[in-house]
Amino acid sequence: MTNLIVMPLVIPILVAVLLIFLRNYRYLQRAIVVVTLVAMIVMSVMLLQLVHTEGIQRVDFGGWQPPFGILFVADPFAVLLVVIANAVTLCCMLYAFRSFSPHYERMFAYPLMLMMLAGVNGSFLTGDIFNLFVCFEVMLLASYALIALGGRAEQLRESLKYVIINIVASWLFLVAIAFLYGTIGTLNMAHIAQRVQELGPDPLITTIALFFLVVFALKGGLLLFFWLPGSYSVPPVPIAAMFAALLTKVGIYAIIRTFTLLFTTQPNVTHGLITVMAISTLIAGSLGAIAYRDIRQIAAFNVVIGVGFVLLAVGANNEAAYAGALYYMMHDMVGKAMLFLICGTMIYLTKQERYDDMSGLIHHYPLFGWMFLVVMVALTGMPPFSGFVGKVLMGQGLVASGSYISLAVGFGASVIVLYSLLRVMLHAIFGETMIADEDKVKLPKSMLLPIVALGAMSLYLGASAETLMPYVTDAARVLADSSIYIEAILGK
Amino acid sequence: METLMILLIGVLVSVATYLVLSRNVIRVILGTAVLSHAVHLLILTIGEVKKGEAPLLGNQTANGPYTDALPQALILTAIVISFAVTAFVLVLAFRAYKTNGTDDLEQLRGDEHD
Amino acid sequence: MRINDVILRTVVRFVVFIILTLAIYLFFAGHYSPGGGFIGGLVIASAFVLLYLTFDIEKVQQGIPVDFKKVAALGVFLAVGTGFGSVLFGADFLTQTAQKFHIPLLGDKELGTVMIFELGVALTVVGVVMTIIVSIAEGDGD
Repeated sequence: MTNLIVMPLVIPILVAVLLIFLRNYRYLQRAIVVVTLVAMIVMSVMLLQLVHTEGIQRVDFGGWQPPFGILFVADPFAVLLVVIANAVTLCCMLYAFRSFSPHYERMFAYPLMLMMLAGVNGSFLTGDIFNLFVCFEVMLLASYALIALGGRAEQLRESLKYVIINIVASWLFLVAIAFLYGTIGTLNMAHIAQRVQELGPDPLITTIALFFLVVFALKGGLLLFFWLPGSYSVPPVPIAAMFAALLTKVGIYAIIRTFTLLFTTQPNVTHGLITVMAISTLIAGSLGAIAYRDIRQIAAFNVVIGVGFVLLAVGANNEAAYAGALYYMMHDMVGKAMLFLICGTMIYLTKQERYDDMSGLIHHYPLFGWMFLVVMVALTGMPPFSGFVGKVLMGQGLVASGSYISLAVGFGASVIVLYSLLRVMLHAIFGETMIADEDKVKLPKSMLLPIVALGAMSLYLGASAETLMPYVTDAARVLADSSIYIEAILGK
Repeated sequence: METLMILLIGVLVSVATYLVLSRNVIRVILGTAVLSHAVHLLILTIGEVKKGEAPLLGNQTANGPYTDALPQALILTAIVISFAVTAFVLVLAFRAYKTNGTDDLEQLRGDEHD
Repeated sequence: MRINDVILRTVVRFVVFIILTLAIYLFFAGHYSPGGGFIGGLVIASAFVLLYLTFDIEKVQQGIPVDFKKVAALGVFLAVGTGFGSVLFGADFLTQTAQKFHIPLLGDKELGTVMIFELGVALTVVGVVMTIIVSIAEGDGD
């Protein structure tokens, strides 16, 4: 038992409440947010170290032993994602301090962002399928409010669609949970896994698994991503960056968790379907990324490509592929946040949304131009940045399982990512500058700082693979062999 | 009893599907509300409607077997969540109506390049 | 809009107190039998809504000068805080405890930390419901 595990859920909620009372004190709010997030990063790193040395940890709420109570489980996969989620949120918050108007700050933007982070952390850490639903809802309710915050006409329009789609998806989630409970009679994930394995391949379980797949595919943007580009392009930049970094990752996490732990008995149906969906997502996302000229749309479709790439691992279903998927997820959280912040900054600087209306930004903002190069290189997966390690591991995993089609499509999509971003770079960053020196919008250092910080994080993830690798292989081992997880929760 | 409940759930889901597919925002929201009622009934039914005594500590006369209380706890949680979401989306729809001047989803479609 | 609603006004004055009493009953009944913070909170909120329907918003806000957003926030704080309290004592998160007390007039009653949790739930429900209803009624609220 260690109560450290619940802190990533509890602390943001408590601090968010505190900030509601401090509504009118902008600077105090900012200070508290920074202190909280730094403290949470420290705590989650401590938790990671604890999990690494002493194995999977759990905390039973109210002392109710599994399988009866609700519990939080810290396994390396979840905790690594929590660390990165907190770090990325800190960067988005730093950007928000500069870019939010005072009006936004009084409209509870920071408390809502913290609530969303709490939901995300809770979803990563929970060990109970119904609790996963509750954490999803906490995260989604905060995101509903964030996407509509400010109340511009197009924000309200897009948020209405986003909310309704998610309500229907949540409904399906509940239906799936009801069927699962009716069939298996438990909600503890380890206990479900145990009973499903005892039951063997069962058509009813496979049907329920497909229900879950549809739900998580909708939330994570796996093939069912039609809602994503619209909703991610309307909120203010730092919020959109947080959405891109965190929300789809929770869906991906849920897919990986349920299909490595719970529904493993008929992989040819479930895992095969996920592979097909991932490949289709990659193709559709690539088409989207080269079809648009609006940089926000390009960024949104890059998110879609990332989702498809990570989920190729489920089809390969071996340790190397899961290690690659985890590494790539961590990289993708950092990279997508950075991409959205950069695209938002480009729109802020030029007042244009299409890249062919911008030109020569590097002449006025040299460091910013270099940062675009960094994010492009990182997202394409070139060393020394973070995408490289994930792609190599994923490639090894896919080769080992003989999934050559996945391999080809996955790496083909990387080329498309490079092409889509290179196009933006050549037009908007390079080229003749169209803005005279006296007309140029000043780029505040406090806006550039979070972008540079994310770039440094990406570099760190890539360059210090040696230090991170033990944790990642730990996590991949748990994913590849579900009995480790089950034993940690239920004992032998 | 279970059969009747399942039939009722079927009716509710079909009503809700009809409502969700309409163009009027309020109808869509009502549809989602009916959907959530359907799923609450489903959870209740799946935990078996009446099996034994009420599992309450104050219930001295009961001597088991008890009905599974977990589905009810799940439903209570789900009701709270759907209540909050429905309330929020009603406010949102109202604001969207005032700002965009229409409650027709066809007109709220939005242009790709506006 | 002015309507002649003498009966409504007169009845509501009494009924609101009956509803609030019922809410308090439900809240305390929730310890071991059906009832509890959520239902209690909803009933309290319904009493307030009745007040808003009968008298106009300004008048009720003079009578109940609280910001319901803050009520909701306080509720969340209490509910999560009880869970956090158990962490401070080294127990599992959300562990609850109860103690028998002798209260004059009421006799032996068991008081638990669950009560604080439930109070938090009730406040959250009241706060959220009222915030939403008031913001729809005002038309331009947050």
